Amino acid sequence: SCLISFSFQQRIEIHKLRQGDNLILGFSIGGGIDQDPTQNPFSEDKTDKGIYVTRVTEGGPAEVAGLQIGDKIMQVNGWDMTMVTHDQARKRLTKRNEEVVRLLVTRQSLQKAVQQSMMS
Amino acid sequence: MSAAMDTESTYSGYSHYSGHSKKAHRQGRDRHKSPRSKDGSRSEKSVTIQTPPAEPLLGNDASRAEEGQDDNWGETTTAITGTSEHSISQEDIARISKDLEDSVGLDCKRYLGLTVAAVLGLLVFLTPIAFILLPQILWRDDLEPCGTVCEGLFISVAFKLLILLIGTWALFFRQPKADLPRVFVFRALLLVLIFLFVFSYWLFYGVRILDSKDTNYQGIVQYAVSLVDALLFIHYLAIVLLELRQLQPMFTVKVVRSTDGESRYYSLGHLSIQRAALVVLENYYRDFTVYNPALLTASKSRAAKHMAGLKVYNLDGPGNNASGQSRAMIAAAARRRDSSHNELYYEEADHERRVKKRRARLMVAVEEAFTHIKRLQAEEQQKAPGEMMDPREAAQAIFPSMARALQKYLRTTRQQQYHSMESILQHLSFCITNNMTPKAFLERYLNPGPTLQYDRDRWFSKQWTLVSEEAVTSGLQDGVVFVLKCLDFSLVVNVKKIPFIKLSEEFIDPKSHKFVLRLQSETSV
Repeated sequence: SCLISFSFQQRIEIHKLRQGDNLILGFSIGGGIDQDPTQNPFSEDKTDKGIYVTRVTEGGPAEVAGLQIGDKIMQVNGWDMTMVTHDQARKRLTKRNEEVVRLLVTRQSLQKAVQQSMMS
Repeated sequence: MSAAMDTESTYSGYSHYSGHSKKAHRQGRDRHKSPRSKDGSRSEKSVTIQTPPAEPLLGNDASRAEEGQDDNWGETTTAITGTSEHSISQEDIARISKDLEDSVGLDCKRYLGLTVAAVLGLLVFLTPIAFILLPQILWRDDLEPCGTVCEGLFISVAFKLLILLIGTWALFFRQPKADLPRVFVFRALLLVLIFLFVFSYWLFYGVRILDSKDTNYQGIVQYAVSLVDALLFIHYLAIVLLELRQLQPMFTVKVVRSTDGESRYYSLGHLSIQRAALVVLENYYRDFTVYNPALLTASKSRAAKHMAGLKVYNLDGPGNNASGQSRAMIAAAARRRDSSHNELYYEEADHERRVKKRRARLMVAVEEAFTHIKRLQAEEQQKAPGEMMDPREAAQAIFPSMARALQKYLRTTRQQQYHSMESILQHLSFCITNNMTPKAFLERYLNPGPTLQYDRDRWFSKQWTLVSEEAVTSGLQDGVVFVLKCLDFSLVVNVKKIPFIKLSEEFIDPKSHKFVLRLQSETSV
């Protein structure tokens, strides 16, 4: 058996939750072009300066929508997130007039070839 | 007080070991009998039957007897150059009769060299004076008068000769500290140079001035001054050749003692092999721990046990392939499952534990003993004259309380033959006089020190032989190996050249040290 690492893209739609005056999504992001990519525990390539999901609140809108920890966010509502600063990413996710955000995320999965051949 | 120190019976012979060649020669022969017989009896238990004509791989007795002869004659060998160890053994028999003459011959050689140098030096020193005085003595009336100029030159000659005298005294008048096998090349070269130089000056003087009775006195005095100037330059040359040239380190030598593998590194400049050997030996006495034969018995007994395990039966008769047989034996020994490594490990761990325990007891005993002594101040000395003791008495008073612990510790670390009761008492009174703490007193006994620290009788190493494949007057080169042998062990010296270092420069502007903060922030959305 051998290990294969590949990534696939997924579209996730998160409905924001209203808490008082704020709309929250229920996850935390890390990364950005102004940050240090070597300290990112989730990226495979340590020069990757993209935005990653570092935490997902239990029971929050993000978890419900299927977002997982370690996902890399490629697009938010059509806006590219691979070459943005940390603050820009935060702003794009927390626009006050948006109640739904549609994310394009990339997830790494490790699966054994044997398992896969057994499943298929 | 019972005698605290005793010596092991096997090694009692060593206490009579002395440096004199004839006596050591005899003692050396006696010495070889006792340990050899002890080891010989052990190895006789292992019976190995081998094809007789072949090289005995395990024939310990035969090789040791030969080695015994080698060591015995090796100590009185005077000069060994350009020959390997093998040729020494062949000259054994011839050397028996030559020993006496050789030892006398060596001294003669040294004194001859010194006399020649002294005579030459005296001649050289008196020559300018002779040059100046001879015309005055022989044809005074014919000389042109020479006033102020000549007097000025006389003063300069006098002072230059004085400087030369002081310089020669500083450079050459030293106690010879060693007996080297071959003549010191640079010194001989300088002597020859000086001789030729002075000879040519005398020749010129004799032909041109004495024979023709030159009347120009100023010219003669200037000739003498030029001689003294040239002598000063030769003195400068002597300093550079003899002293300065070897100061810059060019080689690193590694010295390894053959018996226990203790090694050191030294830096040397351009030296001949014999002078390098001298430097190594001078440092040996200071840097290496003293050679202790008692520490080697454990490995010897292990080696003997290895031999005892195997038996080889020759079924095919003589003419068999002996090397193939020995190879088969070594392979069999390697495959054999033996637990000697286990034994070694536990033995060493046990020994360490025992040493540490004894050491702790010793420290406590000595600390307690030292608390009983108190130094009297000047005023107190008048108050209680009856109880006052000098350091020796004080040492004798506190010695019994620590004697047993010290004796046990020395026995465990196998150092007991290096310290007699008298020497311990002396050291104790020395420490008391100098206000040393118990730990400072014990420093001498806790770890084996360099050879210089101990009594000359215990050194085991006073006569050295230089064994070298190249001439001992040739200079050090990269890769040269020579061996300094004494009776019990040898020092293997390996010479390596210090590599050529290429150093380049990089300039850093002090203003270029700038930093940036690298964060990995996490924001919750």
